[in-house]
Amino acid sequence: MKEISVTAIRNAVKDLSIKANRELGQDTLDAFVRYKEKETSPVGRDILDQLIENARIAREEGIPMCQDTGLSVIFVDLGQEVHLTGGDLSQAINDGVRDGYQEGYLRKSTCHPFTRKNIGDNTPAIIHLRLVPGDKVHLWVVPKGGGSENMSRLAMLPPSKGLAGAKELVIQTVKDAGPNPCPPMIVGVGIGGNFEVAPLLAKRALLRQVGERHPDPELAAIEEELLEKINNLGWGPQGLGGRTTALDVHLEMMPCHIASFPVAVNIQCHANRHLEVTF
Amino acid sequence: MSTELTPVTYYLTTPLTDADVAKLNIGDRVFLSGIIYTGRDAAHRRLVELLDRGEELPMAVAGQVIYYVGPSPASPGRVIGAAGPTTAYRMDAYAPRLLAKGLKAMVGKGKRADEVREAMVKHKAVYLTATGGAGALLSKCIKKVEIIAYEDLGPEAVRRMEVKDMPTTVVNDVRGRDLYAVGREIYEIKA
Repeated sequence: MKEISVTAIRNAVKDLSIKANRELGQDTLDAFVRYKEKETSPVGRDILDQLIENARIAREEGIPMCQDTGLSVIFVDLGQEVHLTGGDLSQAINDGVRDGYQEGYLRKSTCHPFTRKNIGDNTPAIIHLRLVPGDKVHLWVVPKGGGSENMSRLAMLPPSKGLAGAKELVIQTVKDAGPNPCPPMIVGVGIGGNFEVAPLLAKRALLRQVGERHPDPELAAIEEELLEKINNLGWGPQGLGGRTTALDVHLEMMPCHIASFPVAVNIQCHANRHLEVTF
Repeated sequence: MSTELTPVTYYLTTPLTDADVAKLNIGDRVFLSGIIYTGRDAAHRRLVELLDRGEELPMAVAGQVIYYVGPSPASPGRVIGAAGPTTAYRMDAYAPRLLAKGLKAMVGKGKRADEVREAMVKHKAVYLTATGGAGALLSKCIKKVEIIAYEDLGPEAVRRMEVKDMPTTVVNDVRGRDLYAVGREIYEIKA
């Protein structure tokens, strides 16, 4: 049985938390440039220029790209042939978050829900653990901002609403959100599963690279249709008017109960932070 | 499609006069320099409580600018960490009181309430947006930072900041126009 030390996982969570907050992925940067060429609003083009410059400064000078350095969402695909050594996996992940947010001068953004008192170290991380075949551990570190998360939505639609109803919900969610989730955004859509799984599908959809279509041509076509309709809303960069409201739409789907039609929309701001590593 | 905007660029230094803000139109770019103050919800609540008791504010707000920001910690050798704007509606309940005291501009992100927009028209003031999520870029415009009140509020304490050419866009002008409404109207393509 392959052995992997939880200390290695702790260190990876620390390093990736810092790196994700400073280094915007090339996929998102390329999308800024691509959309800027098409953007007809002068204000919109100016904002996209600022975002390109912001990413350069963050990377070169080691400043977080956004002061909201996020809640730490950690996805773990744990191979069932792996033996974890040296301690408790959840503890190691939380220790990695604590180390990273302290050493990287990242803002600590977790608090008690009633008193609003800050926990002080950005824990607890939100951990999604999945057991998979094989002898590897795959880890994603996804610092997720609050402004865009607040504009996300879950609906248990009547099945009679059909695909048209699901599309309408996605468009309406973006329309209602306006400038609040810091567009240009990436829209994650989860259809099917049940009450807790649809939002998780939507969040997993956000792990994909910007510009990467779903391998199923039917779902890929829906993604493209939604992207066009969202960009026709006119909100534009920062909601100040323009053609660049979303950089991409990612859709994930799975079967659901014959009585149900869960649809979840998870909005990701332009600070599209996600890094991954395999052990 | 409505007429496209033709934004004008201005370089303004605080304190601002009525004439400085009266010339601004929605969509214009404003590069701010000089002293500005920071404040979020908790600080605003305390400022308004002082006004309620008829007491002096820790800073004179006439002609001034308040930036809605909760920065990330400064790393060694820097005056501040990432410092992009926070969502402005949380300050809506308090903003008209400060506008009545002569506050000339607020910098944040997201829509303002009708009462705040009306108070801006009445007292000749503007709402500017800095780019949400451009925390590193905006951090570079901040040259000095000093906490002047409510240190116990941590990232929400009131700070006096010296800024140089901080990039903003006019969202609400003294004529009561709103870029969030007008901008979308211009660029929306109806099915």
